Amino acid sequence: MTGAIGKPTPYIDAVQKVTGQAMYADDYKFPNMVYVSCLRSTESHAKIKSLELKKAEASPGVVAIVTGKDIPVPFGVLSISRDETAMAIEKVRYQGEIVAAVAAETIEAAEAGVKLINVEYEPLTEFFTPQDSLKTCTPDEQIHAHTKDHKNIHKTAELRFNEPEKELETAKHKQTGNFIFAGVTHGFTEPHSAVAMWNGDETLTIISATQVPHYLQKNLSKVLGLPLHKIQVKKPVLGGGFGGKSDPFPHEMIVSFLSKKIKRPVKCTFSREEVFITHHGRHPTEINMSLSCDDGGKITALDADIIIDGGAYGSFGVVTSYYNGVLLQGPYLIDKFGFRTRRTYTNKHQCGAMRGHGAVNPRYAVETLLDMMAHDMEMDPCDLREKNFLSDHSSTVGEFRITSNGIRDCIAAVRKKSDWDNRYGNLPYGHGLGVACGFFISGSALPILWNRYPQTVVHAKLDFDGRIVMFSGASDIGQGSDTMLVQIAAEELGIPMDFVQVEVSDTKTTPVDLGSYSSRVTFMVGNAAKSAASNIRREMAKAISKEKDTPAENITFKNGRIFTNDKSLDISWEEGVEMAMAGRGAFVESGFYISPKLGGNFKGAGAGLSPSYSFGAFISEVEVNPKTGETNVIKVWGAHDCGKALNPLAVEGQIEGSIHMGLGQTMSEEMRYKNGQQLNANFFDYRIPSSLDTPDMDVTIIESNDPEGPYGAKEAGEGPIHPVLPSIGNAVFDAVGVRMMELPITPDKVLKKIKENA
Amino acid sequence: MEKVTLTVNGFTQSVLVESHETILDTLRNRLNLTGTKKCCDEGTCGSCTILMDGKPVLGCLTPTLRCVGKEILTIEGISSGESLHLVQKHLVKSLGLQCGFCTPGVVMTAIPFLEENPHASRNEIKESLSGNLCRCTGYKKIIDAVENAAEEMRS
Repeated sequence: MTGAIGKPTPYIDAVQKVTGQAMYADDYKFPNMVYVSCLRSTESHAKIKSLELKKAEASPGVVAIVTGKDIPVPFGVLSISRDETAMAIEKVRYQGEIVAAVAAETIEAAEAGVKLINVEYEPLTEFFTPQDSLKTCTPDEQIHAHTKDHKNIHKTAELRFNEPEKELETAKHKQTGNFIFAGVTHGFTEPHSAVAMWNGDETLTIISATQVPHYLQKNLSKVLGLPLHKIQVKKPVLGGGFGGKSDPFPHEMIVSFLSKKIKRPVKCTFSREEVFITHHGRHPTEINMSLSCDDGGKITALDADIIIDGGAYGSFGVVTSYYNGVLLQGPYLIDKFGFRTRRTYTNKHQCGAMRGHGAVNPRYAVETLLDMMAHDMEMDPCDLREKNFLSDHSSTVGEFRITSNGIRDCIAAVRKKSDWDNRYGNLPYGHGLGVACGFFISGSALPILWNRYPQTVVHAKLDFDGRIVMFSGASDIGQGSDTMLVQIAAEELGIPMDFVQVEVSDTKTTPVDLGSYSSRVTFMVGNAAKSAASNIRREMAKAISKEKDTPAENITFKNGRIFTNDKSLDISWEEGVEMAMAGRGAFVESGFYISPKLGGNFKGAGAGLSPSYSFGAFISEVEVNPKTGETNVIKVWGAHDCGKALNPLAVEGQIEGSIHMGLGQTMSEEMRYKNGQQLNANFFDYRIPSSLDTPDMDVTIIESNDPEGPYGAKEAGEGPIHPVLPSIGNAVFDAVGVRMMELPITPDKVLKKIKENA
Repeated sequence: MEKVTLTVNGFTQSVLVESHETILDTLRNRLNLTGTKKCCDEGTCGSCTILMDGKPVLGCLTPTLRCVGKEILTIEGISSGESLHLVQKHLVKSLGLQCGFCTPGVVMTAIPFLEENPHASRNEIKESLSGNLCRCTGYKKIIDAVENAAEEMRS
């Protein structure tokens, strides 16, 4: 690597961001724009008996009011669970569901209009726990009519290989645990916001804070009955997502419908409380898991029964159900393996995808059981894990293809840096170390909506000014994908990064990309960008070769020069551009990524399939006050195998951000409800870690050079969160000898366990 | 509506505002200064931090009427992008930002803090930023950036 790849690189939009010039969705304002405020349900599960709009319609400044029946077409990110409409029709399924939307000249007028709408509800039986939802109910009580057997079960996902239950029945070394996880939410700082415009040419433009412009375009087309080619979705600078902006949302349907109806720009921006209500975060989860080993510490079987509380609608829930199970197949070799996940509907905010999608909670369970196993077998927890790692270029029992795998280097790094071998088990009472590992997909090998297209296409444009513009639908949500596109083009063409600019996330001008989810962007878009830029180089070399009578394969692009080793050719980038464009003009080259065909032939074989997997090992150090149960995480050592760090600064940022989010879920974060109402829909009561809660972080990047990743790269945005949580839980055990089977690990729970133990 | 005279980033102008309006809404909606971000609008996150007579205040908890006769400084008044403040320079360099939404608030907190505490320790810097929620970075690189800025300011 001679150019921009592999160097710590500040983001290309960083100056805009530190100066306040970066434009987020709510920063856009258009002439004649109206503002939307939403009426939200005060009931958790109830029929809408009547909806009286007259007073609101007469309120000063109110321009239009829409209700559920105006926009009745259901939508959802997965085609198999399109179970949501823009607003409730006939009945509401959670407190805070949108019942009507008022558009007015000012936001104050819209809010005043909302207050004048009168709704009468007729309460229905409410379901607040998955246990209630698993029971048989009357058809009238069903949250959704489509669920089977008069139960509120949305999805049952089950896979089983080689009868793990038989092995577990007779196993000599066996650990079983019942784990409970509170729901947590993304907590991104930028609230959802969208502004839609109906254009004079009968097309729709929507600027929205979304991670998935493509899926929004598709769902808008369905809901509005508008052809795809008349819809332009633009993602502006985005203030964080973590999976929380990866669904199409009701407010996006509402502003689009309204702008088409009233022919004016329409904006809707959520309050923080509305962001909490919208949720789509990590499912509250209960896991019963059993794990067995042979005398030598080799894992012989794993079986898990998992219940996830999906809330009122489907979202990514079917995928979440599978990911809870299938992503237990690594990083350890397990031949006898099975799971069943049941996702229930309840009358609460809907859950969906959140960083580490589906696999974070079961990871906590399996890593805790491994720690218990090591303790009972008097083995070092790191040694036990090392006996069981999948090898590189191997396969899991569910036929995941493992390519590069740096897990051994990961655990060696954190073991050494934390002085594990001398300190583990030897720290004074109240101090402890814990270890855990993890792995994650680098994008899903199969698209959400089946099609024959590549997962992504990137266009690279060369023009007379010598500038390369990378056109990509990839959505930078803060992870730095725009910077990656620039780095790759600069690397391939041997030019400084400031010769390269991006045009991104606009379904009118950029080629289709599926979105920023499932840690797919670096791997897939990176490969496509590399191919697009190298095709520009090939075209340039061809033209220069013809003009200068030099074999194209001898031509090097480097440091802004184009030359041969013997210097018979040595021209500037600009001269090369002029030759390449002679008689042809500006041109565009395309690159794409399509996953190889992978996986088995059984039902569910596609879940969790990825062209490559990242791996990681983390060690945490905690301090527990045995008198109060108060637990502080002092330091986290994290090693993550991202294949190749295209931008080490960004990879470190992803790992540190994962530590933050993992710490939050482990120690303090919890969606709390009473009778379906969230009790902590604000940042005072929903505690995300502050700078003062931040432990020391020691981050190690392991580069296993994946054979199919761009320059060897794999994912880094989600994998690093998995080991964080169980490494903390295991450290608490080392500190005070109690097993924390329920998250978050609050002082009261620790104290209770310590007292039980005494 | 009330007509008030505000001095923002050194420029004095008259604006019509509601009596209950916050300076955050006035800046964003009436003066088109959208660099100050609305994240929680209830005083919990620090994203809307601005300076009033040199002291950091939360824009979402400060009525516009209270800003009359004061010097208001927003992120737009710190630099145009051509000559970054050292805090901004190091946030860029150390990647003390990812999505960037909390960043203006971080800048507006760190600048007055370092001016008053040029010899602040790492722990004091951590404490000074405890009112600024960031969900992306895990704070490490933000703290690094402010520490590096302090060091360069001293030299």
